[in-house]
Amino acid sequence: MTRADRVRALLSEVLDPEIPVVSVIDLGIVRQISADGREVAITPTYSGCPATAAIETAVRAALSAAGLGQTRLTIRLDPPWTTDWITEEGRAKLHAYGIAPPSPAARPSCPRCGSSDTVEVSAFGSTPCKALWRCLTCAEPFDRFKCH
Amino acid sequence: MLEIDLALANLGLDLLGQASFLLGYAGELEGAGRDADALAFHRDVMDFTNCLLVEQPNGDFARTIARQFLFSAWRAPLFEALAGSDDARLAAVAKKAVKETAYHLRFAREWVVRLGDGSEESRARMIAGLDWCWRFVDELFEDSAQLRPAFDAEVTRTLAEAGLAAPNTGRPVLGGRHGRHSEHLGHLLAEMQFLPRAYPEARW
Repeated sequence: MTRADRVRALLSEVLDPEIPVVSVIDLGIVRQISADGREVAITPTYSGCPATAAIETAVRAALSAAGLGQTRLTIRLDPPWTTDWITEEGRAKLHAYGIAPPSPAARPSCPRCGSSDTVEVSAFGSTPCKALWRCLTCAEPFDRFKCH
Repeated sequence: MLEIDLALANLGLDLLGQASFLLGYAGELEGAGRDADALAFHRDVMDFTNCLLVEQPNGDFARTIARQFLFSAWRAPLFEALAGSDDARLAAVAKKAVKETAYHLRFAREWVVRLGDGSEESRARMIAGLDWCWRFVDELFEDSAQLRPAFDAEVTRTLAEAGLAAPNTGRPVLGGRHGRHSEHLGHLLAEMQFLPRAYPEARW
């Protein structure tokens, strides 16, 4: 296993602190792992996302615990992160966790009962990346990852 | 209530994040070893060049919405313009902020319409909120007159939808961009800067 592969494998175990079922790889915020595995570039999700610093710390901790502490970590702002970068696997994990994954559809289907009879309660949810929705079939509220 | 609380907190987080990127970059350009925290927590009133609109004390909810609406209606075209800047770093920060500001503007716009086109009470408050904030609008365009048409178009469209007339225009208040502030900024800074000033080595 090359150093780059090891770094990737480690990062796929580093979970988002606010949605602890998706990894930083699933979220698509790891923009680059250099061929020699010595450099990692990360793009923050939202300017004010309080998880950004925690993610940086977690990534450093995971790398140094595996003896890869010499990896250079850079924050890359451009191009800005978009929810299009969330992997298929990440979307499936979000759905299973009860969060409707981002989609261009006007209305998401309810992650609990699958109904498409849903309505937005608030464009601002429990974290900057989510909006609050409600299912009119099963009457349960749920989070929707914003298309961003 | 809860939704609005979350919305305003989320919005504040975005603004903090944007400020942190911009101040961090300003510190690097200055080259005096000051980072975003140093610029935020260790400068005094006269060193701040923020617009006066954002340092005014909170009034009722309608005034908060008026302030946010006017602020975001200015910031949206500002970040759109900066996203095309030759300065790659500034453009990167702006590109990110464009998306966030679009959310802020949508939120504020919807509330201007809801309050303006709501009950007699909400309408009166929305008018009062806009009238109160309007004196600080000209300052936003002191250095960027080219953004004014986009702002005016947004305001005209939204007020028409809300069934409101244009705000009463009094004498504009200027000075923030030159470090001349209202008394309120000092109070804001006292609260914001207390901890790092009292405990200079504090880490969080």
